[in-house]
Amino acid sequence: MNIKEMVKIIGGTVLTPQVALDREIKGGCGADLMSDVLASVKPEAVLLTGLCNIQVVRTAQMADICAIVFVRGKIPHPDIIALAERESIPLITSPFGTFELSGRLYKAGLSSSETVIPSENNA
Amino acid sequence: MPDTQEPQGRQGREVTDAEAREISRVEELSYELRISDTMTRDVKTCTPSTPISGLLEILRVRHMSGLPVLENNELIGIISIEDIVHAMEQNDLAAPVSKHMSTRIYTVKEFEPVVKAIEKFSQYRVGRLPVVNENGNLVGIITKGDITRGILTALQKDYKVEEVRRYRASHLFEDITSDRTSLIMRYNIKAGDYQNGGQASSNIKRALLRLGASPQLARQCGIAIYEAEMNLVIHTTEGGIIRMQIDPTRILMQVTDSGPGIPDISLALQAGWSTASQEVRNMGFGAGMGLSNMRRCVDRLELESTPGKGTRLIMEILLSPDESFKEDKEEDNL
Repeated sequence: MNIKEMVKIIGGTVLTPQVALDREIKGGCGADLMSDVLASVKPEAVLLTGLCNIQVVRTAQMADICAIVFVRGKIPHPDIIALAERESIPLITSPFGTFELSGRLYKAGLSSSETVIPSENNA
Repeated sequence: MPDTQEPQGRQGREVTDAEAREISRVEELSYELRISDTMTRDVKTCTPSTPISGLLEILRVRHMSGLPVLENNELIGIISIEDIVHAMEQNDLAAPVSKHMSTRIYTVKEFEPVVKAIEKFSQYRVGRLPVVNENGNLVGIITKGDITRGILTALQKDYKVEEVRRYRASHLFEDITSDRTSLIMRYNIKAGDYQNGGQASSNIKRALLRLGASPQLARQCGIAIYEAEMNLVIHTTEGGIIRMQIDPTRILMQVTDSGPGIPDISLALQAGWSTASQEVRNMGFGAGMGLSNMRRCVDRLELESTPGKGTRLIMEILLSPDESFKEDKEEDNL
């Protein structure tokens, strides 16, 4: 599915009108810890997060996240939106929580982009 | 289910605050571009005494829909197809232009932004606007088509600038002849600056992509250096320095700071071990995954620290032959 289709499924509102929404989403992930995103997410995933600061956008840029969905209707500061527009990362807000949104997207055919972290004995 | 908000054309309506956030690059350009950048300079004009019948051929051949009327170099009117049709209806094509021209002339100035012309097009419902200089002399004419073309060209230029940057950077290692070429980039990172934390990593990732790194390599490197940068922001007393050294076959990252130092490195390297404050955890960091994340992304990681003195982190990524920054291309050409 592409970002535009996803926005419909999650009842979302796009916060970055300048950024194109036709990119294909390869999978999804949900995290409030940015290190978790950096550690275990495959490229071109949508990130569902309850965290609402500038580091979410930075993390997304580093981890090649293709769209960020703020759960529970959170709306980031305009500076954060401006940064996301500069980096061409669409920001979307949805009134629903992470569990509901994961369920909707999973049901619509989006798979998980979260990789399983090997137990620390393997390190 | 609520639908998405699509930016829609405003067609000259007042801009509300909500819409102001949606200003696009095209709209930005309509403020950046000058009318003189997009207008047609070679203006065909006529005099008030020219018979209307004499205009038909000019308009037809030049695909124009109107002409400015000049008398002694002064703009006194505009004659449009509409005016000519009007004359035709009255069977008055032999009359001079002055009889049927419009004398209410709306002009724009050459140094004004394109948006001025757009405003006047919708305000006065005209198809073309004469352009005058500061002395009021006619220097050109501008139509909606001219503006569209001007904006398209400018957008294309935006795109090309990034392409050219990327091309130049990716040839850096080929273009410079030396026994060994390295590119060194230094970034000073401030302690506690959460607002700008990550900016250096963002610039580093962009630089790598411009240098021709694969998306995978840029990602690995970006993640490792971002974690390191955030460590400088979160944990150091006075910030630190990131030194990136890009060689044709490897990327060497050195991250140094002057304190407080790590008392037990083996503990710090354990996944999940963290000394971060609640404030830092609220920022989405401090889960104790940083160093193990870095280790996962690089081929070599060394961490040295003296409590009270500071910490030095070295990370190295070795580039496989197909990933290496091109240096010895001559051989391929032989």
